[in-house]
Amino acid sequence: MFSQNLSSIDGVSIFPIIGLVLFFVMFSGILFWVLKKDKSYMDNLASIPLQDNNEIEFNDESKNEK
Amino acid sequence: MNLEKFSYDNQIVKLFIIATVVWGIVGMTVGLLIALQMYLPALNFDLQYISFGRMRPLHTNAVIFAFVGNGIFAGVYYSLQRLTKARMFSDLLSKINFWLWQLVIVAVAVTYTLGITTSKEYAEAEWPIDIMIAVAWIAFGVNMIGTLIKRREKHMYVAIWFYIATFVTITVLHVVNSLEVPVSLFKSYPVFAGVQDALVQWWYGHNAVAFFLTTPYLGLMYYFLPKAANRPVYSYRLSIIHFWSLIFLYIWAGPHHLLYSALPDWAQSLGTVFSIMLIAPSWGGMLNGLLTIRGVWDKVRDNPVLKFYVVAVTAYGMSTFEGPMLSLKNINALAHFTDWIPAHVHIGTLGWNGLLTFGMLYWLVPKMWNTELFSKKLATTHFWIATLGMIVWVVPMYWAGLTQALMWKEFTPLGVLQYPNFLETVLQIVPMYVIRSIGGALYLTGACVMVYNLYKTARQGSFVANEGAAAPALEGIGGDSKKTHRWLEKRPIQFALASTVAISIGGLVEFIPTWLVKSNIPTIENVKPYTPLELEGRDLYIRESCNSCHTQMVRPFRSETERYGEYSKAGEFVYDHPHLWGSKRTGPDLHRIGGKYSNMWHYLHMQNPRTMSPGSLMPSYPWIIEQQLDTEYTSAKINVMRMIGVPYEEGYENQAVNDLQIQAQEIADDLLDSGILVESDKEIIALIAYLQRLGTDIQVKQAENK
Repeated sequence: MFSQNLSSIDGVSIFPIIGLVLFFVMFSGILFWVLKKDKSYMDNLASIPLQDNNEIEFNDESKNEK
Repeated sequence: MNLEKFSYDNQIVKLFIIATVVWGIVGMTVGLLIALQMYLPALNFDLQYISFGRMRPLHTNAVIFAFVGNGIFAGVYYSLQRLTKARMFSDLLSKINFWLWQLVIVAVAVTYTLGITTSKEYAEAEWPIDIMIAVAWIAFGVNMIGTLIKRREKHMYVAIWFYIATFVTITVLHVVNSLEVPVSLFKSYPVFAGVQDALVQWWYGHNAVAFFLTTPYLGLMYYFLPKAANRPVYSYRLSIIHFWSLIFLYIWAGPHHLLYSALPDWAQSLGTVFSIMLIAPSWGGMLNGLLTIRGVWDKVRDNPVLKFYVVAVTAYGMSTFEGPMLSLKNINALAHFTDWIPAHVHIGTLGWNGLLTFGMLYWLVPKMWNTELFSKKLATTHFWIATLGMIVWVVPMYWAGLTQALMWKEFTPLGVLQYPNFLETVLQIVPMYVIRSIGGALYLTGACVMVYNLYKTARQGSFVANEGAAAPALEGIGGDSKKTHRWLEKRPIQFALASTVAISIGGLVEFIPTWLVKSNIPTIENVKPYTPLELEGRDLYIRESCNSCHTQMVRPFRSETERYGEYSKAGEFVYDHPHLWGSKRTGPDLHRIGGKYSNMWHYLHMQNPRTMSPGSLMPSYPWIIEQQLDTEYTSAKINVMRMIGVPYEEGYENQAVNDLQIQAQEIADDLLDSGILVESDKEIIALIAYLQRLGTDIQVKQAENK
């Protein structure tokens, strides 16, 4: 009903489409990046909160950085 | 290998913990009060400072910004230091953040009870407080990013991402939603009007839920849940996808609060589509949380902290499934404006935010005071009382919402409304209101048990304000240290920028066409700016937060046009700074109230609603009858209104008070004819003028066309 308010704007329908395309591109990009990274790298990140200060562990990055 | 010694600032965490607990109790107590007021109007005590309209925003703000807000800060200040292996960037900024935030809360409490409010939901604070909020918030953000820059842990754990997104988005939301022009120290008008103002408000309102009640708590979940279960999060990959999809999608979903309103259709549909898509990342996050406990479910049996987390995360899942369902137009048509919505909200707040906060506190306090929890048994008792309280709160409200919605829409075989008297549909659900208040009382009782338990825990332990720690400096690790470090330094900032881009896209795509449409909203010829008296009356409507219980939005359904009159048009609100569409019909819609009743009816009804509508649950407003209308700022208001686009003629401000008095006298004369002697300078006159004007502009047009 109120879409008539917008019909006078040129190409208003492009806005939702832009939104969807942007999301799709971003989502695929992140999915690709996440799946590309190997498991030990992810495990190392996931364990950060469990490395307590009284049992200091060094970030042995060289092992995981490839 | 260069071990650096430093200390964690526990003092600031302690302060935030105390504030969380204290404001939590205050906020829940006010909640219980308004729950009781909803079926016992006598509990308004005919006292303006504690009448429902002023208490309801106080409750929402207290639990959101005071209870949950301080909970966020407590959790972030604790976990951020540990995750970055660094003390907070600046103790001074930490203190500014804390004390200014508490000052904001006190200022909010005082101004709301005095009726100083902008009426915009969850952002009712007037402009000086808005500025204080901004300063406290920026102090928090700078402190956080500063800490990230000097961190000793190379990677930013996913919890930190959620914290950064929270900071960035709330900043944007707060600034845009608070664009207002001051009339005086305690009064301002938003620059947006009508449809645009509503869109901005719900873009804010929805994303305040997203980025104040959800993302920071997801961050806390990703830290405190693995801590309590003593195992890493189920899937770190999932958490990355969870994060980016969530922040990208959430921002689009705001318009689902305005389905069937005068908002353009395409924006409504956009809100629905993105709301449905939101289920995926939300459930990804929930499953990630729950699956973290895989293999240690036996611990849940005797660990109250995990009990709280499990139900909290489950409530998050329920709430984020229900939200998208409610944004489907056919379900929304039924649920919107009813008690279904508070039920939905309270699954989120009582379940997700409340229980997660409690779990976090039960874990944090023993840790920080170097002791064991005083009583596991009491904590478990609290868990059961809280869970039971939540169920007793929400179930009757779902029932009430559905019952009332069906009654609103019920037609007799002859095609007339089965329940034409709105009050009948309210009285039907009063028993549900009673049960709900019992649920609230239970939940509050549980929280009090927690206060006792935590107090005893702290008493038996010894608090360490500066907890010593050591970690290797970051420079020593790998490659060209200088270059690496510089690159790292930039990362939190780059990260913040990336989040800003992600959330801005949604906002912009939504806003640009709406801004473009401004000149395209069909201006209805007969829609004229309010007269000075009506404008003052409207400000009284705002002062008493009438919009807490009354909508001004007749949706295009037969059941609504039959009950209220012609459905609301976008063009009717072009001079409404702010819009007063409302979000809940505890009382009937008022958009077409103008001319429906006599001035006398309104006078007596405001004095005591039960004289005109026996059994009504509305508070009495005797002070509006007695108080004199303050016209000190009337001309300033006209000036500000003109500045933000309302076409008052140049120089009209000089004539405004005079016009106001003439119109007031007319109403007073009319009341006198009905046998009511009232001076024309009372507030009630202005309020009546506004109510009688509401929604009448297009009626004139129809009459002329005939």
